[in-house]
Amino acid sequence: MSSPVVHAHGAPQGFIRRYIFSLDHKVIGIQYYFLALFSVFLGMSLSVLMRFHMVYPDAKVSLFEKLWPTGAAGGIMTPELYLSLMTMHGTIMVFFVLTTAPQSGFGNYFLPIQIGAEDMAFPVLNMLSFWTTLLALVVMVSAFFVQGGAPLSGWTAYPPLSAVGPLSGPGEGMGQTLWVISIAIFCGASLMGAINFIATTIDLRARGMSMMRLPLTVWSWFVTAILGLLGFAVLLAAGVLLLLDRMAGTSFFLPAGLVVNDQILNHKGGSPLLWQHLFWFFGHPEVYIAILPGMGLASQLLATFSRKPIFGYRAMVYAILGIGFLGFFVWGHHMFMSGMNPYSAMAFSILTMSIGVPSAIKTFNWIGTLWGGRIRFTTAMLFALGFVSLFVSGGISGIFLGQPALDLYFHDTYFVVGHFHMIMGVAAIFGMFGGTFYWFPKMFGRMMNETLGKIHFYLTFLGVYAIFTPMHFLGIAGNPRRYADFTNFEFMNNLMPVHKFMTHAAIFTAVVQLIFVFNLFWSMRKGAKAPVNPWDSTTLEWTVSSPPPFDNFAGKHPVVNHGAYEYSVPGAAKDYIMQSDPA
Amino acid sequence: MSEAKAATMDSVWQGGGSPYAIGSKKFGMWLFIISDALTFSALLVAYTYVRLATPEWPKPFHFSPSIIFSSVMTFCLLSSSLTMVMAVHSMNHGNRKATVGWILATIAGGLAFVVLHVTEWLNLINNEHVTTSGNEWGVPLFGGTFFALTGLHMTHVIIGVIYLGIIAFAVGRGKFKYEDVEVSGLYWHFVDLVWMFIFPLVYLMSAKI
Repeated sequence: MSSPVVHAHGAPQGFIRRYIFSLDHKVIGIQYYFLALFSVFLGMSLSVLMRFHMVYPDAKVSLFEKLWPTGAAGGIMTPELYLSLMTMHGTIMVFFVLTTAPQSGFGNYFLPIQIGAEDMAFPVLNMLSFWTTLLALVVMVSAFFVQGGAPLSGWTAYPPLSAVGPLSGPGEGMGQTLWVISIAIFCGASLMGAINFIATTIDLRARGMSMMRLPLTVWSWFVTAILGLLGFAVLLAAGVLLLLDRMAGTSFFLPAGLVVNDQILNHKGGSPLLWQHLFWFFGHPEVYIAILPGMGLASQLLATFSRKPIFGYRAMVYAILGIGFLGFFVWGHHMFMSGMNPYSAMAFSILTMSIGVPSAIKTFNWIGTLWGGRIRFTTAMLFALGFVSLFVSGGISGIFLGQPALDLYFHDTYFVVGHFHMIMGVAAIFGMFGGTFYWFPKMFGRMMNETLGKIHFYLTFLGVYAIFTPMHFLGIAGNPRRYADFTNFEFMNNLMPVHKFMTHAAIFTAVVQLIFVFNLFWSMRKGAKAPVNPWDSTTLEWTVSSPPPFDNFAGKHPVVNHGAYEYSVPGAAKDYIMQSDPA
Repeated sequence: MSEAKAATMDSVWQGGGSPYAIGSKKFGMWLFIISDALTFSALLVAYTYVRLATPEWPKPFHFSPSIIFSSVMTFCLLSSSLTMVMAVHSMNHGNRKATVGWILATIAGGLAFVVLHVTEWLNLINNEHVTTSGNEWGVPLFGGTFFALTGLHMTHVIIGVIYLGIIAFAVGRGKFKYEDVEVSGLYWHFVDLVWMFIFPLVYLMSAKI
């Protein structure tokens, strides 16, 4: 048997080659992680401002006026400014946090080590992919600073309003154009990342690391990369067409006789529904791009800290594959309200609910893993348990929304907002927190503070349920989404106290995150030195020093003799067998 | 599945090598092609969608000169695929000089395609008054779909010409291996294949008979 294909490149000297334009997947992973950390705080700040405005629409805040002299003249936020904050919140969170941190951040750092490779298959492509992502972020954020400000059309950028230019609102000029360009750049970055992840997983596994011995984290990154490869390609096409509509006067998404702000537009022949089809063909797999890495991580953490093999490893793999496959056939459930043949809606509905089957397999297997285990309640484990809790809470409401009859009522209400924040937003972010606490010792060579970590977990867990549970009730009560101000509707009067509660919970939860940031940076410098394998885990990253040497395995080629989760094996000397232990 | 067959599959996929028995670069190019094929598919679906929704889609391409002209373009591009095959073949036999020659022939085919295509564009814009936003037949999306599809394809051809130029330069100087030439060939054949969808769907289906 020949030795694995090695794409060796010696450790570069000099700060810039080593830490800025680095080809090392570990440095690139950390770069992605901090890009996402910056983005998540930016996105969270926007959401707090939105929540504040929603319940105190008349409050005069001089800070608003300083930040947005036209959008908040006199310190009072205009509805247009609210919509631009909402658009940027959604876009930054979905693309630059949920897509970036769990896949590109942790995946870059740990996929090669977990499969026993020295680096990714294409290190230069990897570096390019990071810098392209950063460029996309800069272009996106710059939309705040151009004439008219940030776009208003939401992270889904539905035409016709997103396609007709400044006529449809202040941010719909240059701001929306920058949005489309940024997304197109991001598509390119994701494509490069996806190719790298897939080729690395297939080609660079160490000897003995068969597909059915891969840690479930690797499986989830692998399938996520396939989703990215196929999904972002279609978003790119949609973005090109939207850009043409905006810049070249085409009418792909614009029907004839369209009247915007009392002006008849000179367009003809297109259809806004075309955008919805193209967008959601990407948009639904995108949901799984956000959540699958969290699922893989939850499996890894639950097995490790229950000291038990993952329940039903093969079933877990097939469930990941099943979710990824089915995810491409359900985009229509975002469009039940857009006008759809009832038979199509029924097909989309049945396919949507069939995703509940692999999801339930995963959930029951997680519970089966916990059953009878000797559970170690580390902070990482708490976040994994929180992930399962949020995944179930958010998933249940998905079954409601997947049915056209119910969706007609729930669509564009806070029920939807609560649903996707729980499952795609907070559950995925809990996965990232869990990953941070679990892998921090390996990434930075020091342990994070467990006491601060647990305080942060419990307060965050309470906080996010306090924010997002009431949204479901508001939605059932008919509370529409994407409104800047509810104080002028009589039927909303009784619901305003709920909104106030949620706003206060949101501010509380946002402040609590400072504990995490403090813990992160404090532990980097002052945390206790991390041993090689602080959690008694079995996967390959825990066989090398913390942090790992430049080429991961210090010139050795690891050989794998065991599955990923051999905990508490009867007759073994310890309660875990590393993957590279002798057979 | 027989036991022997299962054992060989195990040995291929058990790690320590490339299970598809190809290099990572070639595999990566195949992945790119899958993704790019989806981008073009999405555009073709969009084209189909708006064309079906339009009652009177214009059919302005006369047999002479439009169809003849585009057929010559197609001939140039397809011939360049043949010369690319010869380039890969020469490289496989270690004949770098012949490889550079065949790649340069491929580039010539690609450039001829681009020049003819730009001429065709200018003819449509200047003489038929087709732009991205309107035309004489009152179906503005005719120009939109035409320029979007052929424009994206032409971008791919231009990138391919530059890509092949780099490959030819490096091969001439004794750098790069057989696999690098083969991978660039994959890209080139893919760009040709895309044209084999665009040519009938955009040109032939809009021919005036």
